Amino acid sequence: MIKIQLPTTEEIIRKLKIGDEILISGVMVTARDAAHKFLIDKNPPEYKEILGNTFIYHCGPVVAKENGEWRFVAAGPTTSIREEPYEATVIKNFGVRGVIGKGGMGEKTLAGLKESGAVYLHAVGGIATMLAKCVTKVKNVYMLDELGVPEAFWQIEVKDFPVVVTMDSHGGSLHKEIRGKSDVQAARLING
Amino acid sequence: MQINKEELKKSLVNLIRLTSTSLPDDVVDSIKTAVQKEDEGSAAKNALTMILKNIEMAKEQSTPICQDTGTNIYYVSKPVGIPSRDLESLIKEATTIATEKSYLRPNTVHAITGRNPGDNSGIMTPYIHIEEWDQDALEFKLMLKGGGCENVSDQYKLPDTKLKAGRDLNGVYKVIIDAVNNAQGLGCAPGIIGVGIGGDRATSTIVAKQQLFRKNHDTNPLPELAELENKLCKNINELGIGPMGFGGKTTVFAFKIGHLHRLPASFFVSIAYMCWAHRRHTLTVKNGEYTYD
Repeated sequence: MIKIQLPTTEEIIRKLKIGDEILISGVMVTARDAAHKFLIDKNPPEYKEILGNTFIYHCGPVVAKENGEWRFVAAGPTTSIREEPYEATVIKNFGVRGVIGKGGMGEKTLAGLKESGAVYLHAVGGIATMLAKCVTKVKNVYMLDELGVPEAFWQIEVKDFPVVVTMDSHGGSLHKEIRGKSDVQAARLING
Repeated sequence: MQINKEELKKSLVNLIRLTSTSLPDDVVDSIKTAVQKEDEGSAAKNALTMILKNIEMAKEQSTPICQDTGTNIYYVSKPVGIPSRDLESLIKEATTIATEKSYLRPNTVHAITGRNPGDNSGIMTPYIHIEEWDQDALEFKLMLKGGGCENVSDQYKLPDTKLKAGRDLNGVYKVIIDAVNNAQGLGCAPGIIGVGIGGDRATSTIVAKQQLFRKNHDTNPLPELAELENKLCKNINELGIGPMGFGGKTTVFAFKIGHLHRLPASFFVSIAYMCWAHRRHTLTVKNGEYTYD
C-alpha cells in the first residue's frame, strides 16, 4: 500500500503505475456530471484554488445534516466515463492531479493524464458506507442550491481512502489491458 | 382484508431501509464464494474483501450499501378489495420519509430541466406494478437498481449478423456473452444478469428485470433455459474481467433467463445487468403480521 497525502505534486503522481494500491488522506473534492459541465462552460477561476493539486472524486453522496454540520452517510464512486468529454480539459485548466471514480476512462483522458501529470484512481463501486467512513469531515460545499445534493462540489477531508491506480501518467491503462484479453476470450466463446 | 394505513406506511419505510442497507443472504453467499477463489493479494480479492466489509458496516449502521439508491422498483400483489391507488400513495409517502431519513438519496431529476425535487418523487417514480391475486395477503417486492448497471444493460434483436447470432438459444447465448464483455467492470462486477427473450422492446426488458427477483441459486423451471444459465455461468468467467474490472476469476454470479411470446417478425433479447449490490427484499402482510424476506 502506498500512502498519498493531499495536496500533492506532479513529481509524486508521475511515480505511480497501474496496479498500485493506494490509501489517500487529505482534502479532495467531489464533482460529477453537472459539475463538470459547469467547469467547462464557465471556467470559473476561483475553482483553481479548490481543485489544484488535489483529486476530483466522481461521487454523488448521500449526506445528512446534524447540528448544522454536514456528514457523509454513503459515498461510493459513480461511473466515470460520462465525464470523458470534459475531464482532460478540467485536469489541465484547474491543475487537478487525479480523478477517482469507477469503470475507467477513455483515450482522451488517458492522453490528458500523460500531458498534465495526473492519474485515474479506481475505487470499489458500491462500497458507499465504508468509503463514507473514510470521510472525516465535510469542509465546504459549493453550488449546492444550483446543482442539488448528488451534483454539488463537496470539499471533503479523507483518511486512508482506498483506491487502485488503473490509468497512469505514462499511457498505461489497466482497463485497456483487461478489455484486450476479454475480447479475445469473448470471440472464442461466441465463435465456438 | 383490512389494512392499517399508518402501520403499513411505517413497514414500507422499513422495507426501504432494509433493502437499501442490507443484501439478501443468497447474494452475500455468492460474494463469499467468490472471495475465496481470487488470488491472495490481488486487487480482485481486496475489492471483494472491502465489499464484504461494507455490507457488514451498512447493515450494522443502517446506512445505504451504495449511495446510488437506484430506481425503486415495486411489484405488489394484493387481494381483491384494497384499492391500488391507496397502495401507490402509501409507497410514495414511505419513499419521501425514507429519503428524509437518508435511506435513499434524492435520486430523481426532471428529464428536461434537470431539477431534483429532493424527495424521490416524479413521473413514474417509484416504478410500481400492482397485481391482484387470490391470497388474503399483501406482498411488496422491492428492488433498488443503480444507474451504473442500468447503463450497461442492453437489448439485441436477432438475427445479429455481426455476432453471427441466429434466432435460437445459441444466438441468445452469443449476444449475452457480447453484452457481458461490453459491460466490462462498469456495471460493478461481479454482476447478476437478467435476460428476457421475446416480447416487444418494452416487455422484453420488463421480463429481464423481473428475473432479477429470483434467488441467485434457484433453478430455472424450463430445462432448456436452466441448461443455458448453467452453460453461461460455466463459461463467462473465462472472460477474466473480474470484480470491478480489475481482472479476476468471477465476473458474473448468476444468469436468470425468462421468456415471453413474441411476434413472428421480432426476436428481442433484453439484458438487465445488476451490480453485486443486488438489493431486493420482500414485505408480506398477512393476518395483521408483517414479515420481511
